[in-house]
Amino acid sequence: MEQLVQQIASGLANGAIYACLALALVMIFVSTDHINFAQGEMAMFSAYLAWQLLQWGVNFWIALPLVAFGSFLVGVGIERVILRPLHSAPVLSIVVVFIGLLTIFHSLAGAIWSHTIKDFPSPFPRVTFAGSGYIGPHQIGMIVVTIMLLLALFAFFRFTPLGLAMRAAAQNPASARLAGVRVDWMLALGWGLAAAIGAVAGTIVAPVVYLEPNMMASILLYGFASALVGGISSPGGAVAGGFIVGVLENLIAYFGNLLEKASGVYLIGNGEKLSVALIIVITVLTLRPAGLFGHVSVKRV
Amino acid sequence: MGAVLEVQGLKAFYGQTQALHGVSFALEPGGITTLLGANGAGKTTTLRSICSMVRTEGSIRFDGTDIAGRPTEDIVRLGVGHVPEGRGTFTDLSVEENLRVAAYTRTDKGATRRDLDMVFEYFPILKQRLTQQAGTLSGGEQQMLAISRALMLGPRLMLLDEPSFGLAPLIVQEIFRIMRRINAEAKVSMLLVEQNAALALELADHAYVLETGRVVMSGKSSVVKSDEAIRKSYLGY
Repeated sequence: MEQLVQQIASGLANGAIYACLALALVMIFVSTDHINFAQGEMAMFSAYLAWQLLQWGVNFWIALPLVAFGSFLVGVGIERVILRPLHSAPVLSIVVVFIGLLTIFHSLAGAIWSHTIKDFPSPFPRVTFAGSGYIGPHQIGMIVVTIMLLLALFAFFRFTPLGLAMRAAAQNPASARLAGVRVDWMLALGWGLAAAIGAVAGTIVAPVVYLEPNMMASILLYGFASALVGGISSPGGAVAGGFIVGVLENLIAYFGNLLEKASGVYLIGNGEKLSVALIIVITVLTLRPAGLFGHVSVKRV
Repeated sequence: MGAVLEVQGLKAFYGQTQALHGVSFALEPGGITTLLGANGAGKTTTLRSICSMVRTEGSIRFDGTDIAGRPTEDIVRLGVGHVPEGRGTFTDLSVEENLRVAAYTRTDKGATRRDLDMVFEYFPILKQRLTQQAGTLSGGEQQMLAISRALMLGPRLMLLDEPSFGLAPLIVQEIFRIMRRINAEAKVSMLLVEQNAALALELADHAYVLETGRVVMSGKSSVVKSDEAIRKSYLGY
């Protein structure tokens, strides 16, 4: 029983990170219809930047917003400088650009900070408390930080004029222009926000997966899975999808282990977690192509 | 008094295809002008040209300023409210959010508030539908919302692209009645594109007739209305 609670708790913690990655993907997808394959590597690069700041003696809670803001600017820059000229290019060209970005960030991180695995100190104190047998302080921290980030984003999109303008631009660019909204800048802003969210996710997960250029590869896959499960066009769905995938992968491994203990048959375990994520994606897409929370928008002509 | 909108030698292109071949016209301030013509004559293209939504050549002056080729957002910010073909509703946003987006560029809070009250006075139904998802509104309500969005910009000129399209005759009458009020009370000049020539000529004081991207006739509505050829081709009697 204790183990089950542990698994769920750590599933939620991982899920929080998947949720962030999924949200970053959705952010770019809703406004441009593109899936940014470089999202994970951008997050990894941001985590390295945070590590560098920590090495220079900057406090983690100052480094995190700094890196998020820096990543925001880089995201905006990438959209304005690299993707803007490809505005009407075919999707395949854009995909190649994304793969190019992925490779660039990957090699750059390796070249600057080397490919050896680095330890990333957790910003949360190693304290024991009631229930610390179930969940560690860093896992709680991961959940709290991401939930705060998600709430802030929700408030931004729901309550600020700029957030509303971004939603309008994503939904109907032509009408948004006719309302005076600078749609091109809204796309760049979306890119910036996605990069910033990724930066927070990458930095906060680094103490768990350790710092190395490949650290986000599997996490990005889980992020894809989460976004697809929740509905690739639904930010709320992506977040829910993140937590669902996080908990589900742990539960499946947990029950696989139980089965093995009880009957001696090895069916599924920790090694198959990633496959489980992909099976979830395929199943959901087969049964509900719009995702669990994606909705087909109502239109009347 | 100078024209609120003066278009000279306007050419428009969709890729390689030329849709307008040197269209010229002028709008008197405070008036309602209509563009008539058959399908494909270039009416919608003319409106889209004014807002830089297609590639154009020629001169377009709004209140004396040359706006040809400037970004759509900048033209809109000068005070051009475009009610687009197909109404352009933000279907997933609520009615209230649709109106708020429309007032996105406004910084004068008090005047914006007054304009919102004015919109609710013209279209009380929108006040009842405020929290409803805009995509679920009826066609007529969406058209009212589209006009309201243009009004929320605080425009001096409104471009209306077939506001009667696909609507029941009673709703059309209602909308045209309110357009006349907006023109008179809010002092907004209007350029109206309509398939329904009889209706348009009744509302407008000036008319231009387009044929395959050229102006073939223009004048006061009363004069255009009584023209033999126009009567036969566009009014059908």
